[in-house]
Amino acid sequence: MKIQSEKDLKYIRQEYAKTLYTPDVTKVNIGMAMCGIANGAQASFQKASEAFSGDNGISINKTGCIGFCEVEPLVEIFENGKPRVVYKYITEDKILDAIQDYRDGTFNKKWIVGQMREPHSILEDDIDNPLANVPLLKGIPVFENIPFYDRQVKIVTRNCGYIDPDSIEEYIARRGYFAFFHALNDLEPKQIIDIIKMSALRGRGGGGFPAGIKWASCAKHDSDRYVICNADEGNPGAYVDRSIIEGDPHSILEGMLIAALAIGSSQGFIYVRHEYPLSIKRLITAIKAAEKYGLLGDNIGGSDFSFQIKISTGAGAYVCGESTALMSSLEGKVGRPRAKYVHTVDKGFRDGPSNLNNVETYANVPAILLKGAEWYTSLGTEHSKGTKLFSLVGNVTNSGLVEVPMGISLREIVFDIGEGVPGNKAFKAIQTGGPSGGCIPEKLLDLPVDYQKLTDVGSMMGAGGMVVLDEGVCMVDIARYFIEFSKDESCGQCNPCREGIKQMLTILTGICEGTGKEGDIELLEELGSMLQKFCLCALGTSVANPVLATIFYFRKEYEAHIREKKCPAGFCKALVNPKTDKPKN
Amino acid sequence: MDDATSEQSGQEEIDYVELDDIIEKEFGSDKENLIMILQAIQQRYNYLSEGALNYLSEKIGVPISQIYGVATFYATFKLKPRGRNIISICRGTACHVRGGQRVFEKVENDLNISDGETTADNRFTFETVRCIGGCSLGPMAKINDDMYGRLSSDRIEKILDQYE
Repeated sequence: MKIQSEKDLKYIRQEYAKTLYTPDVTKVNIGMAMCGIANGAQASFQKASEAFSGDNGISINKTGCIGFCEVEPLVEIFENGKPRVVYKYITEDKILDAIQDYRDGTFNKKWIVGQMREPHSILEDDIDNPLANVPLLKGIPVFENIPFYDRQVKIVTRNCGYIDPDSIEEYIARRGYFAFFHALNDLEPKQIIDIIKMSALRGRGGGGFPAGIKWASCAKHDSDRYVICNADEGNPGAYVDRSIIEGDPHSILEGMLIAALAIGSSQGFIYVRHEYPLSIKRLITAIKAAEKYGLLGDNIGGSDFSFQIKISTGAGAYVCGESTALMSSLEGKVGRPRAKYVHTVDKGFRDGPSNLNNVETYANVPAILLKGAEWYTSLGTEHSKGTKLFSLVGNVTNSGLVEVPMGISLREIVFDIGEGVPGNKAFKAIQTGGPSGGCIPEKLLDLPVDYQKLTDVGSMMGAGGMVVLDEGVCMVDIARYFIEFSKDESCGQCNPCREGIKQMLTILTGICEGTGKEGDIELLEELGSMLQKFCLCALGTSVANPVLATIFYFRKEYEAHIREKKCPAGFCKALVNPKTDKPKN
Repeated sequence: MDDATSEQSGQEEIDYVELDDIIEKEFGSDKENLIMILQAIQQRYNYLSEGALNYLSEKIGVPISQIYGVATFYATFKLKPRGRNIISICRGTACHVRGGQRVFEKVENDLNISDGETTADNRFTFETVRCIGGCSLGPMAKINDDMYGRLSSDRIEKILDQYE
């Protein structure tokens, strides 16, 4: 069937809403993004599928990231007219017991994260809550009240953990592709761009450039224009884009379709890193399904609009997250950035006008079109609207994928959502922005999540990695770690980056190994400031941030390494006396 | 390319029909698909041999110097044969602050090889990767296609025993 109109979408939506919300069977949804699978979700899925094969009273399904990665594998079980319950740590040996527990109505608290009050997405405010008349279970926490979830606003992750990511029908059932048809039938390209401009949506890949302005610059050209999605999430500590792709790949395709319509493009590319095999697989499945329904291809929805999406894979080069390097890699070449005197919106891939946004940016677009720019700008701060996804990881009690409104304080993220540092240790710093970011100390934790505010303190919003560091982490070692990363990943074409990083690494390694000397800190600062001024690309000019920020906030720790030959965190092996010092980690 | 690679490629029989399948049928001999073609060849042969790269160069009309440039620029491409099992230890930030270094050192010491090397019996090749994206489960490792999270030096030892 080719979908020709919103009417066709409505028909599919109605058909599949039943299996999503009021099924005739027991529904078991197993969280099977990569985190779940690495913890044994695949084995649980197989065990349950085999145990109930031929049983028409139960349906075993996969879904994407349910978010609370700390307690994976997560499994949601529900029946029509009964509460929807999410179980934790459901490995192969527990899956059958968990199903039994639900069917018997025992609801063993030890196994349960919580129950859901409203399964609908933020886009489904046009239909009634199927759980409205279902009494809540006593003594079981309500999902929406659990600290990990209650501060979150799920726009981008609206479907993650709720639908089978390989089912285009379930995506449609949650009002998927409605925004695209609205754009196709009711809006002129310029109107689409105006809405995105008014929403103040900024690129979520790190730079934060306003998406609407980028689209407009690309749209003014006449030659072949390209719509490209950056899914080369190479930032260590971030798995935001992976979770969106693995949980809701169609939201990206729909965002790209809308961008293509606005810009006037017929060719799209998704550049996805090869370290994410499951993401590649789910994108391929999604594209095939969209083609089957006529949502990708020629004359979409019976109109004269045609758009194709091709997947291209990276091959392990962090620098390819930079726009010009990415486009060069997309052409099958070495991924080295070029100077951006000419912007990629004017001359990018194949020397044509190219619009590049990342996964999270595109996934925001359908929601903005359906709910309006005004709604979107009601969330956030003056300069940063909407929500931002973070992978909250490191030394934190609740690690996981969180989507929070812009403007929330870092303290709320770490201590309310993340419930602080585990193991009676003290919080030391939070690292955002990966190798381009910095470490933010405790005293600045009340800072709101905002592009400008994070840059002001020497860090940056980045792609969404948020790594919590406890007192056992040595800040000199963390700086050394990032510089070592950047040394490996520097493309090597410009001198300041290639040579500067190498010198910084030599000095930092010396400090960690006890051979640091007076003047090293000042030399690092000088080198860092040189890199900020003279590197060719944005990755190069930000590469010294982890060093400069740790010197700025934790200078005493550097001095202790150099003057007293001591690592206050007890981390640097050469500086720890195993007899007298007790390591904190 | 170094001697070991040339020697190896000299010994290896290249199945040109199979290479044609990858280059032509799967990727339409398109230069723009070079990176994906190299990935497919490596997937099939476990590494990129000199013979295969030369053949590819002629086939898609890209100079061998350029192909060699691409094959050495991107971290995933290997120009030397690899072992039967490939261990990739994640060196992302979250793994690092959760003790990933200890897992890394354990593998290094137990197998007596460093990053990028293969054991003498060809059983393991030891590699590192900059973030697999499973940060909440750190330290993480990937062995062939299997992902392992929440590793410790004891656990990695037991896991390695499962791979022959």
